[in-house]
Amino acid sequence: MAALLIGRELMATDITQQGLGRSRLHSSGISGSEPGAQFARRGLQRGSDGLQSADSLEQGLGWFSIALGTAAVAAPRLVGWLSGSRSPTIMRLVGMRELSAGIGILTQTDRAPWLWSRVIGDTFDLAALSLAFTRGNRRGRAGVALAAVAGVTALDVIAALRLTGSRAGQATSGVAGRIDIYLERSVAVSKSPEECYRFWRRLENLPRFMQSLESVRQLDEQRSHWIASGPLGTRLEWTSEITAERPGEEIAWRTLEDSGAAHAGSVRFETAPGGRGTIVRVSLHYSPLGGTLGAGLVKLLGHDPQSRIREDLRRFKQVMETGEIATTRGQPTGRRSLFGRVTQQWGLTV
Amino acid sequence: MKANVWYGREELRVENVPDPKILNPRDAIVRITSTAICGSDLHIYDGYIPGMLPGDILGHEFMGEVVEVGSEVRNLKVGDRVVNPFPIACGACFFCQQKMHSLCENSNPNAWLAEKLWGHSPAGLFGYSHLLGGYAGGQAQYARIPFADVGPIKVPQDLSDEQVLFLSDVFPTGYMAAEQCGIRAGDTVAVWGCGPVGLFAIKSARLLGAERVIAIDRFPARLRKASQWADAETLNYEQVNVAEALEVMTGGRGPDACIDAVGLEGHAHGAFGGYDRLKQALMLESDRPPALRQALTTCRNGGTVSIPGVYGGFLDKVPFGAVVNKALTIRSGQTHVQRYMQPLLELIEKGSIDPGFVVTHRLRLEDAPRAYRMFRDKQDSCIKVVLQPWADVPTVDADKVEETGRILH
Repeated sequence: MAALLIGRELMATDITQQGLGRSRLHSSGISGSEPGAQFARRGLQRGSDGLQSADSLEQGLGWFSIALGTAAVAAPRLVGWLSGSRSPTIMRLVGMRELSAGIGILTQTDRAPWLWSRVIGDTFDLAALSLAFTRGNRRGRAGVALAAVAGVTALDVIAALRLTGSRAGQATSGVAGRIDIYLERSVAVSKSPEECYRFWRRLENLPRFMQSLESVRQLDEQRSHWIASGPLGTRLEWTSEITAERPGEEIAWRTLEDSGAAHAGSVRFETAPGGRGTIVRVSLHYSPLGGTLGAGLVKLLGHDPQSRIREDLRRFKQVMETGEIATTRGQPTGRRSLFGRVTQQWGLTV
Repeated sequence: MKANVWYGREELRVENVPDPKILNPRDAIVRITSTAICGSDLHIYDGYIPGMLPGDILGHEFMGEVVEVGSEVRNLKVGDRVVNPFPIACGACFFCQQKMHSLCENSNPNAWLAEKLWGHSPAGLFGYSHLLGGYAGGQAQYARIPFADVGPIKVPQDLSDEQVLFLSDVFPTGYMAAEQCGIRAGDTVAVWGCGPVGLFAIKSARLLGAERVIAIDRFPARLRKASQWADAETLNYEQVNVAEALEVMTGGRGPDACIDAVGLEGHAHGAFGGYDRLKQALMLESDRPPALRQALTTCRNGGTVSIPGVYGGFLDKVPFGAVVNKALTIRSGQTHVQRYMQPLLELIEKGSIDPGFVVTHRLRLEDAPRAYRMFRDKQDSCIKVVLQPWADVPTVDADKVEETGRILH
């Protein structure tokens, strides 16, 4: 199945029989008959059927935030009275918090942090209401409010957990229960497919534009040894094998043994229409929950693997077109704040 | 070296920072002889540009002498006198090949940030937001110029700094704004804003054959410049109703082309003015667009609205219905400066235009904080400030410069 995405009949058997996360692939009930193109399309679409119910829960919580926030900002005394709290200033602050969370949930593509911000807000509210309940003289109302907030908190936690769990779901297929990750990213390069292919095929070149790679060493025609370093000193090594190759058009590979970075991938060099160079298209397929197999790779690619691949492709384009990678690291600046130093140290790139 | 460093809204300090180094093979370092403050620097000064970090060195209009070149720079050598364009462009990508340099795909190391806001990233810029790369700017004694084999243009010694300095931004920006109007014989062009970009747009519209140019501003000194320099008719929007006046002046049809050289901090009176200020203060609107609104509604049917701006984010109550129902053409963009430098330099050499005309103030780099305030508040009829980074320092010796800088502090 995995290989069909990449369009390699041959690899399909390879991977399901001996390659990455075989048990997972079987247990998630993937048959090899699904057309790769269709899967790829669905892979790129976000949350179709499976995530639908989660979607409406988040939407509901978003609108709830907006409604509560508006009420608390517009009528802090009334809302304060209803919930047994005295300070209109605090109510207004709560309102602002709710509004920002609501707007975040409803407008941002990555909703998880906003839902977690609701959970944190809930915790604060619960603490405040508990205080009002135990000490205050309006215990009745505070009690009702406490119960209500506890209910909402439960919903928030469910929604936030669900979303965080499926965060990589940006790239997973829409079918619930499936755990393969399929990523595809492309970049347009103003060079011929042959030039792009030639640079990429010298695998020693790859660390020049793939940020987490330390080195790639060619072992023989087909096999190569890769060393990568991730955040917090993670270090990964693996051996890859080229499984299919058409000069000037495509290179497909997969990892050889259980290296902690098990994956299969391909890069295609397609002639762009109108003589506009090449569309370089990278596909990557791995199993993040496949035991220890894919876990290392997940760490390496971070929480947003799509962006990581996109940045690497952008750098590939820069090297091909300009011979260098645009940077500001090492340029003069005035005194940076702590925040500034951190962003500068890590670069503003992902 | 000394540099003008941004630390927050209305908070600038001229202080000693490390000298720039060559970081890439196509870099060059220039010793800056003249550097200007741009209207778009004022948006940073006023805190309207997102993605600034305290410690950023400002400035994107500068020129100077090449003092070091990277291993891949073959067209420049030490000692060359160059003017530097404000967008950074590689010269090789899809857009650069079409001379759309401000859209270079390879010069913004933070492209993903810009993509979050605008969908795609434009070129990196000097001395601007980290959305656009966060490159150290040129209000300093030295600057590093990436892709130096593509950007900087050599200028002849017989032209003064002030004659060629504005090739870096405002002259090409005004020129492109006028060029985008597709001016034909008999055309009337209305220009909102008579700051440097507006003045260059007015002058360029004339050079491109506009029959009439109408300049709109509220500062008499600026309007006077427009009429003296480019024979523009002028409208002071604090004294006349601009929409009505344009009607009357054009036989009820409206100007053939309108140029918005005001951008995101436009001023307006009445309800809309208050509305924009309130929304901007509440961060519900990033840009105040009164000039754009008026340009869209007063422009003739089938006319062109050219927007050098600058606008950065989200605009409210823009009458887009006018665009559709009046079949307007909208043209905009950061300036493709590299495309215009050579032809405009030739205009200067021929004597068709003397860009030095816009300069009203010449100050030392140390005066930058005061100069920004003066320029922002139009004190002393300020239109354009040129800063001299070496005003007090006679030698080029870097060690001595450091010392002098410290003593001055």
